[in-house]
Amino acid sequence: MTDNNPIVTLDDALGMGLTAEEFDRICDHMGRTPNLTELGVFSAMWSEHCSYKSSKKWLKTLPTTGEQVIQGPGENAGVIDIGDGWAAVFKIESHNHPSYIEPYQGAATGVGGILRDVFTMGARPVALLNALRFGAPDHELTPYLASGVVAGIGGYGNCIGIPTVGGEVNFDPSYNGNILVNAMAVGLARADKIFYSAASGAGNPVIYIGAKTGRDGIHGATMASAEFSEDDASKRPTVQVGDPFAGKLLMEASLELMASDSVVAIQDMGAAGLTSSSVEMAAKGGLGMEIDLDLVPVREDHMSAYEIMLSESQERMLVVLKPDATEKAKAILDKWDLDFATIGTVTDSGRLVLNKDGGLAADIPLAPLVDDAPEYDRPHEDSPELPQLASGDLAIEANIKSVLLTLLGSHHLCSRRWIWEQYDRDVMADTVAASTGDAALVRVHGSNRGLAISTDCTPRYVKADPMTGGKQAVAEAYRNISASGALPLAVTNNLNFGNPEKPRIMGQITGSVMGMGEAAKALGTPVVSGNVSLYNETDGNAINPAPVIGMVGVIDDVDQAVGIGLTAAGKSVVIIGQHPEQNDGWLGCSVYADVMTNNPEAAPPPVDLDAEALTGQFIRSAIANSQISACHDIGDGGAMPALAEMVMASHGLGVDVTLPNGAGHGWAFGEDQSRYLVETDDADALLAMAKELGVDGQIIGQTIPSAELKFNDGMTISSVEMNEAYEGGLPRIMAGKNA
Amino acid sequence: MNISVITFPGSNCDRDVITAAAEITGKQPTAVWHKDTDLGNPDLVIIPGGFSFGDYLRCGAIASKSPAMDEVIEHSLRGGMVMGICNGFQVLVETGLLPGALIRNKGLKFVCRDTNLKTHQHGKDIMAGFQDGEEMVIPVAHNEGQYFADDDTLKRIQDNGQIAFTYTPMGDETDYNPNGAALDIAGITSENGRVLGMMPHPERKMSDTVGGADGRRLLTAIIEASQS
Repeated sequence: MTDNNPIVTLDDALGMGLTAEEFDRICDHMGRTPNLTELGVFSAMWSEHCSYKSSKKWLKTLPTTGEQVIQGPGENAGVIDIGDGWAAVFKIESHNHPSYIEPYQGAATGVGGILRDVFTMGARPVALLNALRFGAPDHELTPYLASGVVAGIGGYGNCIGIPTVGGEVNFDPSYNGNILVNAMAVGLARADKIFYSAASGAGNPVIYIGAKTGRDGIHGATMASAEFSEDDASKRPTVQVGDPFAGKLLMEASLELMASDSVVAIQDMGAAGLTSSSVEMAAKGGLGMEIDLDLVPVREDHMSAYEIMLSESQERMLVVLKPDATEKAKAILDKWDLDFATIGTVTDSGRLVLNKDGGLAADIPLAPLVDDAPEYDRPHEDSPELPQLASGDLAIEANIKSVLLTLLGSHHLCSRRWIWEQYDRDVMADTVAASTGDAALVRVHGSNRGLAISTDCTPRYVKADPMTGGKQAVAEAYRNISASGALPLAVTNNLNFGNPEKPRIMGQITGSVMGMGEAAKALGTPVVSGNVSLYNETDGNAINPAPVIGMVGVIDDVDQAVGIGLTAAGKSVVIIGQHPEQNDGWLGCSVYADVMTNNPEAAPPPVDLDAEALTGQFIRSAIANSQISACHDIGDGGAMPALAEMVMASHGLGVDVTLPNGAGHGWAFGEDQSRYLVETDDADALLAMAKELGVDGQIIGQTIPSAELKFNDGMTISSVEMNEAYEGGLPRIMAGKNA
Repeated sequence: MNISVITFPGSNCDRDVITAAAEITGKQPTAVWHKDTDLGNPDLVIIPGGFSFGDYLRCGAIASKSPAMDEVIEHSLRGGMVMGICNGFQVLVETGLLPGALIRNKGLKFVCRDTNLKTHQHGKDIMAGFQDGEEMVIPVAHNEGQYFADDDTLKRIQDNGQIAFTYTPMGDETDYNPNGAALDIAGITSENGRVLGMMPHPERKMSDTVGGADGRRLLTAIIEASQS
């Protein structure tokens, strides 16, 4: 053994985040005490981040199959059939811990990583989305963290040339010490040209391509599996540094390589770098792999076996080539000026063998490393049931106008323009709708088929009632996709929680996964990929749980899709999914309650999945029949903020609103689920069709040729007033003037 | 009609420009790799947007020294038509085919938004297809798009009628110049009127499906002017 690869002790294992019991198991499997490199490989593969040891038991309960599913969880990304021979390849992934420590690079490499997951499967990425959570708007670090993260997301996506078309942002004090940065990428491939990671063919060459390996990001996966404490700044060296230019070259080279009939299997080096890529490729193929670490392109001298295996340097891939394809493959990498090195071979030994400096650096049996990774059934405790408050318990004395303007300017609802203007939304020239509507719409290049994509979660609902919150995240995404006219097909999920070793947190995980599963089943949108980020706690304080959903749907003709902006005067405005006599609504756990009241703990609005499915189906068919000319889902903040957004998104149009008898703040700002605001030429025909399906609808007004909301009690709110409030919110927060 | 589109490592609008040009002309443009020296006898060379060579050193600086650009300079010296979009504009400025520089946006942030462009030339050379004062909505997406030149140069390009496009208010809009460009300049031509550089991306507005067809109108005018 060399000096930098000593035999380890239990203390070394504990230092890498393993438990004593796990260390014993490793020693048993090895038949001896491992050396530092071997322990590093085990600790990375058995980290929460790579092994899903706390969540696996519950993730298994999610629905993952359906006739549209080509590849479910377990590969680099999920794959679904979207028709015409095309497949959508997509996944969402977190980069929470690194983004808090170094916001620009943390977010940038999050984007780079998720893009690699998608193009590794042979798909050209066509869209990026994100789901971001920052601390309180007036917290001193919020502007710094938010501006760094946004610049990092843009810095990577803009340069590599994939449009960032959508996302969501929340601000809440529970994220003061643990921001959440989840990035989603969607790619397109021919359905019969998908590439997988399982190695095959003992004797085939193992090739390293891309950027060189450095000392950055060593043991990042392990960092992502522990709570933060005060000294986290010391972890800055474990954050990777992104190079989107190298990412672009690697993407083009990889896609060209995969089109050249040279590749047996391919895997990106993401979390746990060369460790997870080599282990997963060999283990999935039921084979082994032997690698000479002296052949790995490095950018620093004297890197040890441990450092090379655990580095998370970016923009690297591991490829198993066909035996005679090396020359052809090298020519492609040369064209793109990228490193190409044959570093090993596929073996049939069932072992990962690593050589360094002419000697053996590691010899690990793969089966136990992968199959015997720990799986815990951690104790879990339900969150206490919260009271269902009547709107009368919450409503304050104020007119609808002043409340509406306050809510539109609040951090919950204000325009996200400050953020999305920093993202290139139009590169690739197929963006139909981005950032301002319900779902983003991206055309399949060269056709009129479209992908509709949305990311959603309402953490305050999940915290109040994990089961309902889990359902609601799926339902909200389903509604966003349906509101554009597209058919929801499948989801990817990103489960962001605190420390699973605490029963209450574990209860949030189990509850929301159960809710999510139930909704995914009922709405016909199986889970095809995902990511789990636990231990989002600082000094013992956990984040509000955020089980984020990224949903993908398809529309046959993007010109059939509708936006949220009103289109003409003299049309009717109807709330679909609401009883014609409705004059109240659910204010508990709402944006209204948070902004306008002392926000007593209360149950979130219930989610009726049958109603959700039925209403969504009705909306989609009415859009397809051209009965609806504008549509907006009613989400955070309720009906009036949604209506205001429709007015602000139109050119010189408004709505003459007829308030139902006795309508108060519950009606205007309640967050009852499964509702859409629509503009239609013929409300009677639309409501008759709805009734046939068992869907309710309430006519609330007519569109008018002036940019305002005009109420039948004489109150008017001009588009200019709404815009001022709506557009002013985020710039104020980012300037640190929200205190 | 032969159009050639140059691709550098890091170009990311090359496919979009090729698609748009093919749609307009019905003929596939020639894709030219930066190491190639045969441009394919083009009537018009388009240098697309993106982040050539990762914007390292200075936007467009490394690309301007590539073998393909040597040929583009030759083509231009023979009076050939050249159009640079966004990073392509930056490359043309770096070659010296166009005057001035493109520096960091005034807001110090990347900006992606629709801008309202006004034409300032009338019926000559690469701008032959435009009337003075036409307006078109075309998006920008850049971090270094602020047109900058010293006062003498600004005066010279004004006097020579080299200003091709300026950012102009839509209605009563006040924040219409997205990057703080001098004289609201969005695009300029060379002294001989045959080289055009512009920051906005016309290839992204090819139909109402993607938010408008003003880009198709703009590109069609440039292509037709290059044909004659």
